[in-house]
Amino acid sequence: MTAVEWQIVGFTVWVAALSMATVLPFGLALAWALARGNWPGKSLVETIITLPLVMPPVAVGLILLQVFGRRGAVGGFLHDRLNLDIIFTWRAVLLALSVMSAPLLIRSARVAFEAVDPRLEQIARTLGAGGWRVFFTITVPLAARGIVGGMLLAFARALGEFGATVMVAGYLPGKTATISLAIYENVQLGQDAHAFRLLGVSVALAFAAVWCSELFLRRNKTRT
Amino acid sequence: MNNLFFKVVTAAAGLLSLRPAHSAEITVFAASSLTDSLRRVAAVYEKASGDKIVFNFGASSTLARQIEAGAPADIFFSADEAQMGTLAKQGLIDPATRRDRLGNSLVVVVSRDSVLQIKSPDDLTNVVVKRIALADPRAVPAGVYARAWLEKMRLWPAIQPRVIPTENVRAALAAVASGNVDAGVVYKTDAAISPKVKIAYEVAQPDGPDIRYPMALVRGAPQSETAKKFLNYLSAKEAGQVFARYGFLLR
Repeated sequence: MTAVEWQIVGFTVWVAALSMATVLPFGLALAWALARGNWPGKSLVETIITLPLVMPPVAVGLILLQVFGRRGAVGGFLHDRLNLDIIFTWRAVLLALSVMSAPLLIRSARVAFEAVDPRLEQIARTLGAGGWRVFFTITVPLAARGIVGGMLLAFARALGEFGATVMVAGYLPGKTATISLAIYENVQLGQDAHAFRLLGVSVALAFAAVWCSELFLRRNKTRT
Repeated sequence: MNNLFFKVVTAAAGLLSLRPAHSAEITVFAASSLTDSLRRVAAVYEKASGDKIVFNFGASSTLARQIEAGAPADIFFSADEAQMGTLAKQGLIDPATRRDRLGNSLVVVVSRDSVLQIKSPDDLTNVVVKRIALADPRAVPAGVYARAWLEKMRLWPAIQPRVIPTENVRAALAAVASGNVDAGVVYKTDAAISPKVKIAYEVAQPDGPDIRYPMALVRGAPQSETAKKFLNYLSAKEAGQVFARYGFLLR
């Protein structure tokens, strides 16, 4: 492994973890709202959230490119007002990974929230606990394994994201190059040895992430 | 049941025989900068010959890797000698058919509504030019040429950190057209086909690299006889006129 390869592996793990951290608060709030609430437009929101799972990643990438490009609605605003560029920077990688991996976390957390007996929450409330306290001391701990399992799945998905990332981030070694992009690029350039070493790393990382999430999800099942 | 089976078989056979026996499918792997001109040339040739031309456009470096891996190509039309040379060294092309057909030049393009002024190559080092799209300068011909030019101008160290490498030259063009980069270096012929970009600076000949497009028959081509005919047509005057119309230099 060369220094460049370590940088690519480090960057990939870092940005995948960051995307998980970014998605977590919104994802949990949304998962909870979907599991407990019954509000107008719920099924529409549910469908939209699931889209990145079923749509071609490249198509999702194109949407992001249109919205966050310098001429896009959001990207144009950020560029003109804050002098902040998204496309072709590490922020684009974060954006693509977050959007592509969020559905896995949200779906998994939602199922976990639904499995928590509402009576336990009601009991806590009759004993004087407020809404937030119930959520963090009763709901989240009981759903923890499903949430952590979902996080790991989302993390593994983020590690391997390619289609959306390549659309918005390009391939800038040292700036936006993730393991998947580097494998593709190196094969294109005929540098197979690089590609094979990165392949090994990606197999190991994916194996570890899925194995851990299986462990959490299985234990969760036997408990509830 | 038997009857139905026969009906299906004869129907299928009928469908297959719809293709005239003499028509062949020629597979051409060509540099992405040739996309529009070569399609035009092929459309005329298809009508005249009855043969069908199937294209695989991409960075010449990518196409060369694909041919190395055994892709069923009949003709390789590269944007530089280096990629053709790698295949020649491995005996993957028929050297007797190799010929430099076209020439091209480099230009600096900016988005149509850009206010950027590029009077000399040094202006590319201006702080407002934050991002410059090039085809990947490590292998893709357009990027390799651009890098050679900038190295000759002694500007490469200053420009390299701003480079956005793209998969092929058309992707660099698209990045400029979308406004997501400030400038790009592409072939003059690419700049001409996009209404969303304008030429900010033309690289004149003594400074610019010698850009040559060689073409050759791939060794073991599935359709070598018909492909040879198309190769001859590409060398002929009629095809040359089309290429010239798109701004290529003829060799």
